Amino acid sequence: MKEISLNILDIAKNSTKAGASLVKILLNENDETLTLSIEDNGCGMSEETVKSVIDPFYTTRTTRKVGLGIPLLKLSCEQTGGHLSIESRDKENHPDNHGTRITAVFNKNHIDFTPLGDVVFSVVTLIQGDPDIDFLFIHKMSKGEVNLDTRELRAQLGDIPLNELEILNWISDYLKEQYEEIQI
Amino acid sequence: MKSLAELQAIKEKMQNKVALRDGSGEMRVVVGMATCGIAAGARPVLSTFVEEINNSDLAGKVTVSQTGCIGLCQYEPIVEIYEADKEKITYVKMTPEKAKKVVEEHIKGGKVIAEYTFAKENA
Repeated sequence: MKEISLNILDIAKNSTKAGASLVKILLNENDETLTLSIEDNGCGMSEETVKSVIDPFYTTRTTRKVGLGIPLLKLSCEQTGGHLSIESRDKENHPDNHGTRITAVFNKNHIDFTPLGDVVFSVVTLIQGDPDIDFLFIHKMSKGEVNLDTRELRAQLGDIPLNELEILNWISDYLKEQYEEIQI
Repeated sequence: MKSLAELQAIKEKMQNKVALRDGSGEMRVVVGMATCGIAAGARPVLSTFVEEINNSDLAGKVTVSQTGCIGLCQYEPIVEIYEADKEKITYVKMTPEKAKKVVEEHIKGGKVIAEYTFAKENA
């Protein structure tokens, strides 16, 4: 993966496939580190499954026998001296409070740090693919914060689907403007 | 500065447009967006289809959606085109440029671009 934003797109899609109704993508950045966390209220995983998802030769899919999403993210943060953790509560044992949180910490100043890349593009792509799921995106930086909550958008838009091009473009501009505001 | 209130205006405009569509979805464009697809460059391929199709007013006729891995990772980005009563067409090793051509020639013009298909790649 050439950009961390591509890992974000990839991992957040696991959340949508896990039947989540809300996916939170949180980026917390300071001068030294970038912390990415992706949280969902999907079906969760058993303790045993959590242990095996970091194994590239484990996957729930049947089309082929490898699952590289999490191993690639793990590699990407560990090569900067960072680390990855997964917490999950499965639906079976936690019927009222289930979901998964994946946290990856990157050392930004390490020579092998992959750039974050176009995270706005990834957020818009996620909404295009799953317009019925809500996404909360917050990117905290020392100079300010960028955020998007599709629940607020839905409150304005009613039953107009979020994957209409005009709305996707609006979301993209809305986020880019917030980034520009911080840069100034 | 953009504000959430602007969405009200978009909503009013969209309501008529969305209501006009019959929603039959005569044609479906499906882009592989699993780890393999994303790593191979599927993100801009998908957005090219979304933009080109909406900008040419095909949105009522064609839907663009995402799918997972279909098991041909080495041929990603893969795009499948489903049309009623026709055989599924699988385009492989796609790029935004190829996507534009597929919209022009196949989706609008009805002519499959054999050169980009899996059948050709695998022949």
